[in-house]
Amino acid sequence: MSNKEIWVFAEQRDGKMESVVYELLSKGTELAEKSGYTLAAVVLSENGAPFAQELFNYGAKKVYTLDAPQFAYYQNDYETAAFCKAVRDFAPEAVLFGATTIGRSLAPTVASVLHTGLTADCTQLDFDTEKGYLLQTRPAFGGNIMATITCPDHRPQMATVRSNVFKKNRISDNEQGEIVSVPVELSAVPCRMKRIKAVTEGGADVNLAEAKIIVSGGRGLGSAEKFDMIRTLAKELDAGIGASRATVDAGWISHLHQVGQTGKTVCPKLYIAVGISGAIQHLAGMQSSDTIVAINKDPSAPIFEVADIGIVGDLNAIVPELVKQLQARKA
Amino acid sequence: MKIVVCIKQVPDSDKVTIDRATNRLNRAGVPAIMNPFDENALEMALKLKDQYGAEVTVVTMGPPQAEQVIRDAIAVGADNGVLISGREFGGADTWATGYTISLAIRKLGPVDLVLFGKQATDGDTAQVGPGIANNLDLPVLTYAKSIEVVDDNTFKVVRTTEDGYEEWEIQRPCALTVVKEAGELRLANLRLKMKAKKAEIPMWGVAELNPDSALIGLQGSPTRVTKVFAPPVKSNRETLQGEAPEQVKQLIDRLAERHLI
Repeated sequence: MSNKEIWVFAEQRDGKMESVVYELLSKGTELAEKSGYTLAAVVLSENGAPFAQELFNYGAKKVYTLDAPQFAYYQNDYETAAFCKAVRDFAPEAVLFGATTIGRSLAPTVASVLHTGLTADCTQLDFDTEKGYLLQTRPAFGGNIMATITCPDHRPQMATVRSNVFKKNRISDNEQGEIVSVPVELSAVPCRMKRIKAVTEGGADVNLAEAKIIVSGGRGLGSAEKFDMIRTLAKELDAGIGASRATVDAGWISHLHQVGQTGKTVCPKLYIAVGISGAIQHLAGMQSSDTIVAINKDPSAPIFEVADIGIVGDLNAIVPELVKQLQARKA
Repeated sequence: MKIVVCIKQVPDSDKVTIDRATNRLNRAGVPAIMNPFDENALEMALKLKDQYGAEVTVVTMGPPQAEQVIRDAIAVGADNGVLISGREFGGADTWATGYTISLAIRKLGPVDLVLFGKQATDGDTAQVGPGIANNLDLPVLTYAKSIEVVDDNTFKVVRTTEDGYEEWEIQRPCALTVVKEAGELRLANLRLKMKAKKAEIPMWGVAELNPDSALIGLQGSPTRVTKVFAPPVKSNRETLQGEAPEQVKQLIDRLAERHLI
């Protein structure tokens, strides 16, 4: 086995590991097997050791712990400085980040400091063993073209990946690995910003980035009141609630729910589009979802072009029927 | 206060259609617009200008016709703008783009605030803003939705997160990437439209920016596009037949088969 490494940025918030980290480790395990490199996770926190066992369980062979009181919450300057130092010291071949609000802040500043390439929102990762290249594939132009990106002459090769793109694969409860405690020195990094407070709002139904299932409503609903049908169905499926831009612009629902290019980009396991015609603007935000169900009365609506399962019909009949049959199934 | 807003001209994705035969975008004749998130960043700058007084400078990099987005920005209240353009910059990835725009911002002199849209709708990378902040050694907060001046040295910024928001104090000068919640861009007024039409827009190229030629354009870009292909067509696509109860029954069967419910 080569002593080269593939790293996963093991992002934790308030002591809780982000689930995308385990997804990246599972994909990273495949990449490590193919390349012969060692898979490692890197934790920046106040105390990283307790995270290690679960990171091993998802395939990390090594966990680098960078402990410092400054990592109580994410602060870009501190984490960039410490992460770049670690990369310089240990020279990984590739680094994967979750495309979270934190990952999408850290990865670009790290890439800028290290003068290396970074590919955003990859949906496929593979390894070219002959050249040693990480093959980073991402949708471009709103998902209508796929592009494979490489980083031939700069290291590490870096990519971000959204939640739910790769499957988690927990190998066992007691995988073995090595913990490497890395000293952190931040006294030379000036404190230029500080967090005053952090607030959670809106409930789970707006956290669309991590939702496994999303039920989304469009103009075909006809009125703000009809969003109650979407809410009922979402509740039944334990799903997040999405919306097209038209419904947000019409004031039927808060912009926090907007899916699309100017809203949120999502990739749940299941996306149910109700009364959404499927403007490119919307498709760009959801077409990498695993399974797409479209319910629309117009058989020529573009949403059916990307749907795995299409239902042409009256949503006012179909959605309540779906709720009814789901309830019957549970009973 | 001096504020720089980085803006980008992008194709209007609402007007783009797909050629069903080739599965490619019909880009010909599609109007070019200011990146929607850059509009929110510009609005944030203009609100600060209304409230505290500021010189707002917009910077864009692109082909000569990208000058239009600078005029659009002046027509809503930006004071002036610079176009970065030149063949040598072509093929730049996010790293080389960040390097080039950083040179231009430096050339503009000291600033209090540099703003970016959270990402551009054509590339969707969200990488250039934080990259430029690093190049200019500015602290950066991403996904900002509002800003207030605390004092001569500090801004208070609210940024959005996956499940809520955070309040931060950040030292001046700094950089922010801005989300939609910062507000919709105001409309142009007639007087400013006239000003925009007449404005002299400087174009800065290699001669003005004097970049390290190894760091610009395609050769300054660490990444390479090695393959472009149509997304795989979904197999097993199906349309469920029958009346609503029958359609729904089939749907539930399909979802159960896929272990989705």
